[in-house]
Amino acid sequence: MEDDAPVIYGLEFQIHVIDFDDENNIINKNVLLHQAGEIWHISASPADKGVLATCYNKTADGKVVTCAAVWRMPAELEPGGHESPEDAASPAHALELLCHLGPAAHGSTACVAWEPAGDGKRVISLADNHILLWDLQESSSQAVLASSASLEGKGQLKFTTGRWSPHHNCTQVATANDTAVRGWDTRTMSQIYCIESAHGQLVRDLDFNPNKQYYLASCGDDCRVKFWDTRNVTEPVKTLEEHSHWVWGVRYNHSHDQLVLTGSSDSRVILSNMVSISSEPFGHLVDDDDLSEQEERSQEPPQDSVIATYEEHEDSVYAVDWSSADPWLFASLSYDGRLVINRVPRALKYHILL
Amino acid sequence: MAAAVAGRGPGCGPGDSPEGPEAEAPERRRKAHGMLKLYYGLSEVEAAGRPAGPDPLDPTDLNGAHFDPEVYLDKLRRECPLAQLMDSETDMVRQIRALDSDMQTLVYENYNKFISATDTIRKMKNDFRKMEDEMDRLATNMAVITDFSARISTTLQDRHKRITKLAGVHALLRKLQFLFELPSRLTKCVELGAYGQAVRYQGRARAVLQQYQHLPSFRAIQDDCQVITARLAQQLRQRFREGGSGAPEQAECVELLLALGEPAEELCEEFLAHGRARLEEELRSLEAELGPSPPAPDVLEFTDRGGSGFVGGLCQVAAAYQELFAAQGPAGAEKLAAFARELGSRYFALVERRLAQEQGGSDNSLLVRALDRFHRRLRAPGALLAAAGLAEAATEIVERVARERLGQHLQGLQSAFLGCLTDVRQALAAPRVAGKEGPGLAELLANVASSTLSHIKASLASVHLFTAKEVSFSNKPYFRGEFCSQGVRESLIVGFIRSMCQTAQNFCESPGEKGGATPPALLLLLSRLCLDYETATISYILTLTDEQFLVQDQSPVTPVSTLCAEARETARRLLTHYVKLQGLVISQMLRKSVETRDWLSTLEPRNVRAVMKRVVEDTTAIDVQVGLLYEEGVRKAQSSDSSKRTFSVYSSSRQQGRYAPSYTPSAPMDTNLLSNIQKLFSERIDVFSPVEFNKVSVLTGIIKISLKTLLECVRLRTFGRFGLQQVQVDCHFLQLYLWRFVADEELVHLLLDEVVASAALRCPDPVPMEPSVVEVICERG
Repeated sequence: MEDDAPVIYGLEFQIHVIDFDDENNIINKNVLLHQAGEIWHISASPADKGVLATCYNKTADGKVVTCAAVWRMPAELEPGGHESPEDAASPAHALELLCHLGPAAHGSTACVAWEPAGDGKRVISLADNHILLWDLQESSSQAVLASSASLEGKGQLKFTTGRWSPHHNCTQVATANDTAVRGWDTRTMSQIYCIESAHGQLVRDLDFNPNKQYYLASCGDDCRVKFWDTRNVTEPVKTLEEHSHWVWGVRYNHSHDQLVLTGSSDSRVILSNMVSISSEPFGHLVDDDDLSEQEERSQEPPQDSVIATYEEHEDSVYAVDWSSADPWLFASLSYDGRLVINRVPRALKYHILL
Repeated sequence: MAAAVAGRGPGCGPGDSPEGPEAEAPERRRKAHGMLKLYYGLSEVEAAGRPAGPDPLDPTDLNGAHFDPEVYLDKLRRECPLAQLMDSETDMVRQIRALDSDMQTLVYENYNKFISATDTIRKMKNDFRKMEDEMDRLATNMAVITDFSARISTTLQDRHKRITKLAGVHALLRKLQFLFELPSRLTKCVELGAYGQAVRYQGRARAVLQQYQHLPSFRAIQDDCQVITARLAQQLRQRFREGGSGAPEQAECVELLLALGEPAEELCEEFLAHGRARLEEELRSLEAELGPSPPAPDVLEFTDRGGSGFVGGLCQVAAAYQELFAAQGPAGAEKLAAFARELGSRYFALVERRLAQEQGGSDNSLLVRALDRFHRRLRAPGALLAAAGLAEAATEIVERVARERLGQHLQGLQSAFLGCLTDVRQALAAPRVAGKEGPGLAELLANVASSTLSHIKASLASVHLFTAKEVSFSNKPYFRGEFCSQGVRESLIVGFIRSMCQTAQNFCESPGEKGGATPPALLLLLSRLCLDYETATISYILTLTDEQFLVQDQSPVTPVSTLCAEARETARRLLTHYVKLQGLVISQMLRKSVETRDWLSTLEPRNVRAVMKRVVEDTTAIDVQVGLLYEEGVRKAQSSDSSKRTFSVYSSSRQQGRYAPSYTPSAPMDTNLLSNIQKLFSERIDVFSPVEFNKVSVLTGIIKISLKTLLECVRLRTFGRFGLQQVQVDCHFLQLYLWRFVADEELVHLLLDEVVASAALRCPDPVPMEPSVVEVICERG
């Protein structure tokens, strides 16, 4: 299990690589220094475990600009390269800069997204109202702008976040700006669909269903999580209203897409079971109760339900994600720097598996 | 001594009065003896066998049968002294004398009676002998009389027979005369138009003629008669077909024809065909009234006309038919029923068309009266033609109309409610331009409530007409039960309240919450309206309904509590939505103010930013608005000078403790530790939490949402030193003015602390402003 956690302490910016040993329940932490600036967004390359991209703030001439860059971790810190505890305690290593994603001329970069199934060569970055597709060349040491598009409209449009769809041969990207969600085709860099006012307020995060190609989850400041079928953008397929403040993150489980994780600034993380719109429609009703009861109830039609609400955080939760190695493990990170790793309830796990 | 015995005899015989006391004494004695005997075990028979006295054979007993004077005397002489002997002698003598005199009196007294009895018997003997002779004479006389009478009757018998025969011949002759005269009479009757008379004559003669038709003379008469009768029948039919003369005369014609032996089947067909023609005429005229071209008469007039024309006609036809063709049996009745059914259904179709035209109308009383007429008129043929089921069909129509009416009233209520809301919206829109908003919010609420209530009452009143006692269909089971409970109570009243709640709730789900088309004041007003409904109005309306429509139906009805709960839920949702909406307005203001400012290169704060003043102003305005409709609510106890106290807490001890150590990178954990410990002791704040029905709770909700937004926005920015200080000033300003609105001022402190702490964390050069300076700036601003 690997998780990258950006935390700001004074003027020193670090990336923590946290190793979670499932068998022994031990957490190891390695600190990497990120000297370029305050990190706002981070994403790891799907192809190379040691490569990651960050968006970071750079203060220059009294102005804050958010740039993006691709970095390589020191080899010995790559996850899997088992590190002795003494080494972890040793002074922080520095990241090795591979390349900058372009000059900052396009504006502040809000988000960087890697091509999900690719060889780690293609990256999308969202800068103000531009969507930029980069080709990383020469073992990622050089980023060449392959194509770009920009959003035109009245007012100052700004992308807030984006996701690269794993479907359609990785040719689709979804972006969010203000209350709208848009889909783009990376081949032509043109807009495919647009969900105007997908949320009542700002859209904070998006995620694609890993198993159903048209399904998209979004969350935002209206405290709601909405599930969309991108073929019909007028109505959400489903709406959840469990949080009592802005929802900052939504993530589908990588293997069992009925499990949806959301984190919100009401300091809660909620794990929901969206059976009715999952790719396993005849999946199972889930409770924390024992199995026998579930068997009795398994005849009923599937019902969406909240599996668990995690209240370990004391402050707003800004990021949630599933483990890429173990589908039953997830982590959430809150404002006060607390990282919480949780497991899906055992009963539910067995219920889904059996 | 013998005299004594003889004297004793008659004395004992008839039981005369002088013996009385003496007779009683032995009675008593015997009784006592009986008791003794019982005691000693002697049977009663034995006792009875013995007469009084110790021994019946005792020869010394003076009264005994075996009295022996010698023995007695011997005994006396032997046993008694001289004196006693003397006494008994005198006594004896005295007794003998008394007995003698008694006997003499008796003989004298009875002697005369014997004499007269003997005389009487002798006289009777003589009289009886005389009587016997007379009786013998009487018997002989009677025998003579009998003989005579027999002779007379034998002589008269013959003559009597002849007289009877002559009388018979006379009658026959008269009949024959009638027969011979019949053709001419019939002709005359026919000429005079006295068809009834003719038919009667014909009827009388027919059987005879039938019987004697083998005789040539009778045959001729019969032929004549038949010819005339045929003509008569022809004329009758003619008259019948012409038909203009109305149902009673037609009925007469048919009756006569029937009497003439015309085939009933055919007549019955023809009769019905005639009836049909006439009724169809009625229907056509009714239909013509329906037509669009002439101005349609009102529905009452229509049903009146239909009732008197069609239904009256149908009644006549049915009555006449039943009278005429009673002999037809069930087949005939069935024919009539089919006839009535067919025409009835056409009539109903017309009535329904007319009633459908009435659906738009608002005059319920007219409609009810029309329906009443309609229904009442149809009860008569209903009784006549139970088989045709006209009454049932009519009741059904009435029920359907009533149901539709209910539906219309529901719609009317709904649209009236919507109209009220539109008025409110306009009223709300108008003064907002002018200046201070919502001075009449309470009045608007009162207007909406009262007009809705009056609409409900009006609807109830007009629907109530359907169940009025004098209306003929009000005692039908539908109107007694289902109409009241399911119709009026459930679908009209409960349905309206539900739809009202639904309408109100729809405002909560206005698409694109961004501002939304719904003015917040309307939400607030609706919420209060629903709450009022929950507390009083619903139960009032339902009680009113139950009283007006004494609901007897057993079918389950929605209880008041359920409705109240729904209304409360609606009110809660509306209020929550109001809070969200107002919170959003202020949040947007705060967010824009944080996002658009360049916090790194800002100048040293001199003033509170205008947007904060605006926030306070808006909050005050909301406070006023909510205060118009909702009660104050409960606050946590406050100190007398809240602003002062909080200021010190917030800007000195707590703030210092919070971020003073955090400048030094050497102890980065302290900040987290401190803040975490702090949070451990403070309760989690649910930002968008349900609100209670009071002003403080509403305001608390709005302020919570606003401040949380401020906090989150601040966390996304990077601040310069002066930027931090500006935040400090702004927060203090908010602190000064917002605490008074919320239930727990600690909440405001907590959130504002959090904002300042976050800003400090987001600041590379966190040098806070002196609290006193902050205070001065805020007071100046």
